[in-house]
Amino acid sequence: MTKKVAVVGVGYTDFNSMTPEVSWKEFMYEACQKAYIDAGVDPREDIDSFITCSEDYWEGFSIFDEFVPDQIGAVLRPCCTVCGDGLYGLGNAYMQIKTGKMNIVAVEAHSKISDLLTFGDIGLFSYDPIFDRPVTGSVDRTHFAGIPSYEKNSPKPLVGKTNEKERIHPYFLAGLEMQNFLRKTGTTEEQCAKVVVKNKKNAFNNPNAEYEVNITIEDVMNSEYLFKPIKKLDISLNVDGAIAFVLASEEAVKKLDVEPIWLRGFGWSSETPWISTRSMDANYAMLASRMAYKMTDINNPRKEIDFAEVDDRFSYKELQHLEALGLAESGEAGKMLDSGDLDLNGSLPTNISGGSLGIGNCFEATGLQKALEVVIQLRGHGGKRQIEDVHTGISQSWRGIPSGSGAVAIFGR
Amino acid sequence: MNRVAVIGGGMTLFRRRLLETGKELSFLAAKMAMEDSGIEKKDLDMVVMGSAPDAFDGIHMKGENLLDGAAATNKPYVRLFNGGGTGVFAPIAGWWHVASGVADTVLVVCEEKMSSCFPHPQTAFQHIWDPILDRPLHPNLVWLFAMEMNRYMTMHNIKKEDIALVAVKNKRNAVGHPSAQLPDEKITVEDVLNSEIMAWPVQRLDISPPSDGASALILCSEDRAKQYTDDPIFIDGVGWNIDSTMWTNRDLYFPRYVANAAKMAYKMADIHDPKKEIDFAEPYDPFDYKELHHLEGLLLCDKGEAPILTREGVTQRDGKLPVCPSGGLLGVGNPIAATMGQKVCELYWQLSGKAGKRQIPTDPQVGVGQAWGDIMQMGTVIVMRRG
Amino acid sequence: MMTIKSKTEGYPRYAPGTHVSGRDISNKNVTYSWWEPEVQYSWSLGPAYGRFLQELKKGKIIGRSCKKCERVIVPPRMFCEYCYRSTDEWIYLKDTGKVETFSISYLDPNARRIKEPILIGVISIDGASPMHGFMHYFNDMKPEDLKIGMKVKAVWKSEKERTGSITDIKYFKPMNEGDK
Repeated sequence: MTKKVAVVGVGYTDFNSMTPEVSWKEFMYEACQKAYIDAGVDPREDIDSFITCSEDYWEGFSIFDEFVPDQIGAVLRPCCTVCGDGLYGLGNAYMQIKTGKMNIVAVEAHSKISDLLTFGDIGLFSYDPIFDRPVTGSVDRTHFAGIPSYEKNSPKPLVGKTNEKERIHPYFLAGLEMQNFLRKTGTTEEQCAKVVVKNKKNAFNNPNAEYEVNITIEDVMNSEYLFKPIKKLDISLNVDGAIAFVLASEEAVKKLDVEPIWLRGFGWSSETPWISTRSMDANYAMLASRMAYKMTDINNPRKEIDFAEVDDRFSYKELQHLEALGLAESGEAGKMLDSGDLDLNGSLPTNISGGSLGIGNCFEATGLQKALEVVIQLRGHGGKRQIEDVHTGISQSWRGIPSGSGAVAIFGR
Repeated sequence: MNRVAVIGGGMTLFRRRLLETGKELSFLAAKMAMEDSGIEKKDLDMVVMGSAPDAFDGIHMKGENLLDGAAATNKPYVRLFNGGGTGVFAPIAGWWHVASGVADTVLVVCEEKMSSCFPHPQTAFQHIWDPILDRPLHPNLVWLFAMEMNRYMTMHNIKKEDIALVAVKNKRNAVGHPSAQLPDEKITVEDVLNSEIMAWPVQRLDISPPSDGASALILCSEDRAKQYTDDPIFIDGVGWNIDSTMWTNRDLYFPRYVANAAKMAYKMADIHDPKKEIDFAEPYDPFDYKELHHLEGLLLCDKGEAPILTREGVTQRDGKLPVCPSGGLLGVGNPIAATMGQKVCELYWQLSGKAGKRQIPTDPQVGVGQAWGDIMQMGTVIVMRRG
Repeated sequence: MMTIKSKTEGYPRYAPGTHVSGRDISNKNVTYSWWEPEVQYSWSLGPAYGRFLQELKKGKIIGRSCKKCERVIVPPRMFCEYCYRSTDEWIYLKDTGKVETFSISYLDPNARRIKEPILIGVISIDGASPMHGFMHYFNDMKPEDLKIGMKVKAVWKSEKERTGSITDIKYFKPMNEGDK
C-alpha cells in the first residue's frame, strides 16, 4: 500500500466578484485544465478518480453532481461530489489513494456565487427549520451577493426589506460568536480590525486576489456595525473562483516530472448543529487539527509548523482558528498579530495569500484556496509574497455559517 | 489494503410521510445498526452521511443539520452525494475510509425526508434539469424515465407485460419486510397494465413511491470485525462511474456507466464471470424497467435478455438468480439515499442468513448491489461476500 | 397516526417510525412549520450556450465541432468531454431531425394530473453527429402517431416573439414531403 500522498498539480482561475463571461462549466474547465497541465497528466487516461466539492443551493441545482463530469474530464470515469469544503475533498482523495486502488485523483472546488441572487435567504435556509429559522424573522428578500445591507432607519442588524416582513441576515450568528470570543479571550475589536488591514494588504502581492486595499484600523473601526461587534469591513466579500488539485500516490509521483508537495496529514470534525449548545470556540478546528497532527506526527505545532492559512471569513475567525489549532494560546493570537508574528517576516506568517478577506469568500473552494497558498509557498512560487525557508504549512477551513464543521490539511516539502 | 467488513445494519419504516424529522430518522436507523453490531458511539471513528437533494428536506447544507442524529457530533463527518446513486455510494465512501486504514470503524447513515417538500417531492426534481436548455420547457422528472424506458423497449422490442412482471415480483417480495411501504401479495400484471398512465410508457404501478426513511450500516476492518462477530460479511468490490451531463447526446438504451462501474467492482472482487459467480443481485429499481436495464448493465445477462430471464422466473427469490429479494424500491419504498436499506443492508442480511421470510433458499455466498443517479448517468456498484 | 413496531423473525427485526397520513395533516393531528425561501439565480450562459441561444433568436440551430473525435456537437460546448480539449468550429445545422425517444405525459411539473397530454422527446438534429440533439415538445400530430425514428421539423416563434431561449422553437412537427 502506498505510504505517502502528494500534490502534483494545482490549477486555478482568477478570483473575481463577477464572472458573467463564463458559465460554471468553462470556469471549472479552466482550473482543471491548468491543474492537469501542471501535473503533466491526461485526465482521460491517467486520472483514476475525480471529486468535486459543492452544495446544491450555492449552485442552483437539485443534484449538482450531474453537471460536473464533462468539464473536469470525468466522463465515464469514477467521479463523485463531496458536500463539503475543498479540504474534505482532499481528505477523501487521500483515502482513495491510500486504499491502493487509485493512483491519481483530481479534486475540484469552486464558487460561482455571483449566479445566486438571493444570497441572504439561501444562507438562512441552512438554519434549522424548526428551532432557528422562526426566530430569524419571516420573509426577507435580500438581493445581495455577499454584502449584507440595511436601511438607515431599520433596527440593526435586521437587514433587507420587503413589502411583508423582515428577516435577519444569516451572518448574525458570527456576531454572537465574536462577542463570545472577545469576552473569553480578552481580544479586542481593534485586534480583529488589524486582521482585516493585514490580509487586505497581503492581497496586493497576490495577483489573483480581488479585494486588496490599503486601509487602516480606523477605517475598519469606523465602518458600520452590522451584527455588533461585527462591522461591515470585518466580513469577507463573495468572490467567484475555481481551484483544482491533482493528488498522486508515492509510486505515481515517480513517473511524473514534478516536485511533489506531500499531503502529510488531514483531519476534520463537526460540532453539534444545535447553535444553542455549541462551544462557540471553534472546537471543530481543534479536533480536526488534533487528528491531523496525530497523522503527521506533530507534537509541537507551534514549533513544527512554519506558516498558516486559516479561515478568515470574518476577521475574528483568523485569531480564533489560530488558537483552536494550537498555534497560539487562548488570547494570544491577537498579541501575536500586534507584535508582527503573523506578518510575512514574522514567526508564524498567516494568510499571506490575502485570505478570504483579501481574496474573497469562495465558499466550498475556501479550503482549497488555503491549501493552494500552502502549496505555492512550499514550491517557492510565492513571488513577492514568498515566505523564506518554509517546510511545513497548515491550511484550515470552516464550512461557514451556520455550521460547526471544518477541516485541516498539513503539507510538507 | 484493509478488507472491510459489515457488522450491523438498520432501517426505519418507509412511508410517504413520517412524523420524525430527518435527524430523528437518522438516529433511529443508526441506533438500530449500532445495537445490531454491539458498537457504541464511542467506538466509532468516523461517520459518513448519504442524502440526496437538499430541496427535499428544505435545508441548505442539510448534511450539517443531520449530523447529530447520525452520531457524528465531535467526530469526523462527511456527506457525499450523487443523486439516486447515493444509497450505494455512501457505503462505498465508508469502504474507502476503512480500506485506507484512516478509520477502523465507520457508521454510514443514509437519510431522506421527501415529504417536507411542497407541494410534491417532484417539485424538487424540477431543479435537476439543465437550467438553460431544459427548465424553460417545465419538465417533470418522470419524463426522463419515460423517454429512457421507451428507448429501451423500442430497441429490444420489449413488451410492457414483461416489464410489469418486475413490479409484480418486487411488490410480492416486499411482503414481510417490516419497512415496506407497498407490499402486495395479490398484485397481478393486469393491475400494473391497467394503472393510471403518468407519462407513457410509465404507468402508476411502474413507479416506486416517494418516501421518508433512513438506513444505516456499520463498517469496520477485518481485525475489528472479529471482536464483534464470527461471521462477518465483506465488501470485496466497489465501483462507481459517471456518464456525460449531456443526456440528449447519449443512447439511453444501455447504461454503459453501470457496466463500467460493475467492471471496476468485479475486478476488485476478483470476479471474472459475473453471470456464474454472482448468486443474487439488488439492482436499483425505482421503475420496473430499471431493474431489467440494470441487470444488463451489471453484466448479469446480455443486452435485451433481462425481460426474458424475468419471464422465465430466473429472477424470482427461488430462481437461479434472485433479483431484489428485499422487495426493492418498488415494494419497500424509495426514500432516495435511504434505499441503502434494500441495496446494501439487504445484501448483508441475505449473506448472513438473517433475512427471515425474505431469505434466499440457496445459501448465497456473493451478492451485488447497485444504485443509479444524477441525470441517468451515475452507476454505483458494491460486491459483498460471505466469510 | 400510527407507530408501527411490527416484529419479524428476520432482519431488520423491526422498523421504527410513525406514519402520518394526509388526513392527519388536514385534521391538524400533526404540527408543522412552513418556510418559503426566496430562491433566485441568474446563471451565466457562457460562450457556448450563449451563442446557441443567440442563434435560436435568429431562427437557427448551431453546433460545435471537435476535430479529434470528429463529432458535430449540439447543444454546443466549448470543450469536448471525450477528448478533453477545446472544440474547434461553429457549424450551422438544419432545423429538422429524428425522434430518438419520446413520452406522452399526463403530469405537470409538480406531478399534478393534466387532461391534455404533453408530447415530449429527444430530437437528434440533422447535420450533427448521430444521437446528438436536445429535448423538446412535439405537436401537430396525434399522440398515437408519434414514433421513434420519425422525421420532424422545428416550428419557430415569429421573429418578434423570439427572446433567445430554447422556447424560441415552439415545438417540432412531423416532417412533410417538401420540408427542407
